[in-house]
Amino acid sequence: MSTVTEDGILGNTERHEIKELDSVTILFAGDSGDGMQITGSQFTDASVVFGNDISTFPDFPAEIRAPSGTLAGVSAYQLHFSNHDIRTPGDRVDTLVAMNAAALKKYLPELEKGGILIADKSGFGPNELKKVDYASNPLEDGSLSEYRVVQADITAQTIAAVKPAGLTGRNAERCKNFYTLGIAYYLYDRPLEPTFDEIRKRFAKKEPVIAEANIAAIQAGYNFAHTIELFKVTYRVRRAVFEPGTYRNISGNLATAMGVAAAASRSGRKVFFGSYPITPASDILHELSRLKHFGVLTFQAEDEIAAVASAVGASFGGILGVTCSSGPGIALKSEAINLAVMTELPLVVIDVQRSGPSTGMPTKTEQADLLMALFGRNSDSPIPVIAPATPGECFECIYEAARVAVKYMTPVMFLSDGYLGNGAEPWKIPDAAALKAFNPSWGLDPAGFKPYARNPDTGARPWVPVGTPGLNYRTTGIEKAENSGGISYDPENHQRMTKARFDKVAKIAQEIPATPVFGAQEGDLLVVSWGGTYGATLTAAETVFAQGKKIGHVHLRWLNPLPPDLGSILKRYKKILVPEINVGQLAYHLRGTYGIPVESYARIRGKAFTVGELVTAYHAQLPQGA
Amino acid sequence: MTPTTTPAPAKAFTPQDFHSGLIVRWCPGCGDYAILAAVQKVLSERGKAPHEYAFVSGIGCSSRFPLYMSTYGFHSIHGRALAVATGVKAAAPSQEVWVITGDGDCLSIGGNHFIHALRRNQDLKIILFNNEIYGLTKGQYSPTSRKGLVNKSAPYGVIDEPANPLRLALAAGATFVARTADNDMAHMTEVFRRAAAHKGSAFIEVLQNCVIFNDKVFEEYYGVKTRKDTLIYLHDGQPLLYGKTVERGLRLDGFSFSSVEASGEAKIHVHDEHESTGALANALAGLTHPDYPVPLGVFRQVERPAYHELMYEQVDAARKAYGEPDLAKLLKGPKTWTVS
Repeated sequence: MSTVTEDGILGNTERHEIKELDSVTILFAGDSGDGMQITGSQFTDASVVFGNDISTFPDFPAEIRAPSGTLAGVSAYQLHFSNHDIRTPGDRVDTLVAMNAAALKKYLPELEKGGILIADKSGFGPNELKKVDYASNPLEDGSLSEYRVVQADITAQTIAAVKPAGLTGRNAERCKNFYTLGIAYYLYDRPLEPTFDEIRKRFAKKEPVIAEANIAAIQAGYNFAHTIELFKVTYRVRRAVFEPGTYRNISGNLATAMGVAAAASRSGRKVFFGSYPITPASDILHELSRLKHFGVLTFQAEDEIAAVASAVGASFGGILGVTCSSGPGIALKSEAINLAVMTELPLVVIDVQRSGPSTGMPTKTEQADLLMALFGRNSDSPIPVIAPATPGECFECIYEAARVAVKYMTPVMFLSDGYLGNGAEPWKIPDAAALKAFNPSWGLDPAGFKPYARNPDTGARPWVPVGTPGLNYRTTGIEKAENSGGISYDPENHQRMTKARFDKVAKIAQEIPATPVFGAQEGDLLVVSWGGTYGATLTAAETVFAQGKKIGHVHLRWLNPLPPDLGSILKRYKKILVPEINVGQLAYHLRGTYGIPVESYARIRGKAFTVGELVTAYHAQLPQGA
Repeated sequence: MTPTTTPAPAKAFTPQDFHSGLIVRWCPGCGDYAILAAVQKVLSERGKAPHEYAFVSGIGCSSRFPLYMSTYGFHSIHGRALAVATGVKAAAPSQEVWVITGDGDCLSIGGNHFIHALRRNQDLKIILFNNEIYGLTKGQYSPTSRKGLVNKSAPYGVIDEPANPLRLALAAGATFVARTADNDMAHMTEVFRRAAAHKGSAFIEVLQNCVIFNDKVFEEYYGVKTRKDTLIYLHDGQPLLYGKTVERGLRLDGFSFSSVEASGEAKIHVHDEHESTGALANALAGLTHPDYPVPLGVFRQVERPAYHELMYEQVDAARKAYGEPDLAKLLKGPKTWTVS
């Protein structure tokens, strides 16, 4: 068995040629029932434990079990692993694993010319070919001559491999994803033991036969690749250099859920989480439902409106209300969000954005809810908006959203997206004890208590836990008089209260640190990004900056309020470019806010930017020959 | 909405202690005044201080109610009172939460929340002010308006079949279902007392007269002079008798009731609030004027765990199983690696 040496090289070097690579992108694709998500995440875990940097992107259909063998039923998992800092799941695929003809048809365009294709022959029978309109078998007709094709009857070989473990029929066939994993482990020199340990841990007690069969399948796939010299060359990607610390692998939705639990744990009050299932946000509800001991009350409401209205009710009750959805659900929640604006109650609204409008492409990513978050409610309704840049940053940002909601007594919109929510990366585990505690107790003295008095530092009103003796008060969505909170139709009072609500949100700018600018601090082009495009937009900026161009890059975490120093930064460049997975919403907002021309690079395809296309887009904005 | 100083708990309360001091601004003669007085009277008898109650409402004439109470109060948005109240109760489980709603607020725009709050047995005392009309928006028909009613939004008459609030509540699994009338203070207070004592969802339909847009809509059967012949008062364990001289009663024939002479052999049905299937309560809820006497009183009262009890049971069980929350452990997760 192989052993890992200090520098991250496996010890079994007796074989053929081994090539060192800086990074590799591998894509596992098969039918929804083929277990490609498991294969991908196992490969990810193995790479993470080995010490690579990784970035992943699961891509699955909206249909739970689309007809097998069809394009609609293809489920895929893309993994980019490297020996250096990476931030995207990879532009182009180096190795494609295709378990059937549909998987090949869908993802072959992503495969680099000269890339490796590993195909299960049994997924290319006449039926499978016909379902996706292949006139002839691409594995045999020479059409794949530009790729290095490795084919095997993976299904049959898996069945044979797991037979000694006692598994037969459909159950045996289902191990084929693990057999494939074994082949991929051999190709990329991954250690097997961590995966074996994981499988034993998960299955050994309840289903020892399954555990043994899966292990046998991995080992058989690995041995098969080794024995028959399936690959003339295999590859190695050494460990990446990470900042010292303890790491784990984390997805954006999991990080979001943990951030909510952290808020419950550190706020001194419980959290009420009202939610209605929706793709791609439901995982946050699933995770939090298991974290009740952290003081998280999860409530699966009858609809999106009840989910947010109950959260507002909980905030009135005295614990932080959080609600969670995706774009269509957020649209339904807007009236109740405004109730929190008007009554000045804390509320965190999580929007894991997806492709739209309407149902759109529910499992595909987009960042097109920005203007809805900023402006999509009736009347003048200021709401702070925060957006995480990476899966790991979801933790920090949702915690910050909760802290700000309570400190300023306002709803806060948290804009994640499908790419961040489902994507995963290594995450340096933060120090739980260092998280800022927030337990507001301002303005709660019964003597002189005024429910709408304002804290001079924050503009916030007191947060009264319902049931407190001496502080009984009534609130309403009707305009209220300053301080007393009594109903008021006085025109001047409405003007002052509207301004007070805006001033309060503007004050949140004092929470925003100075904006770091990557690259040229002044010059020809400033790229401004927000949300999940951080990795690709920055990596592309690094590339162009390294080519000697006067390019800078700024990434915005707070979209409302905008960082106080942004206006002066924008002035230092001849051109501003905003790449977005929408028609140009931040570009529109910046033009309106600062009255300056802003170029937009808009791509709305339900998927993340590639670094390559952004490099081209940046160059198009730069002076020729500069 | 100036804050109210809560009296010391030992003190006996008066209805006035439950008044916020805000001038009540319903139309003169509106049935809402009597309901407000009845609620304040019942609360004053129960020994709890105003700060131990929360009143939550949606939008509509009736939904101004919490602003007139000295308790905690949340006048929210149209249709969502039950959803908001669900959150209040979860956040503050020892608070006694009352919901004030109307026929439009509860059964039309808020219909979904109505079904689900009752299904979950949320511990809320829900008073539905049913005036069979939209008052605050000035006179459109509501989901309980009668067929043929002519008004602003139905100049040729309403063609909708009216909703039956009690039957909806029963179908949703409500554990306490009652009806009372705004012109009968004694009956109203008794029903509110019963509702307050019930654990779980208590749903009360109050027949409430709108003097402006639907005046005297209930007069034919709840008018003081004739009501002994046109209403029937439900009493648990008592035969279903009515009439000026208690000369008539209800007999169960198959799945429905017949109104019969209450002679010795008449087999008058004995009311049972706790009947397990709810079928008889449903049959009673279907009795309408003029074919039958309209029932007032408690139709159904059964016991079932309240939602917040189950919710907190799970939290307590999780605490027992996993101990005090360990944030550092949660953040680490099952698999970590260290870079030095």
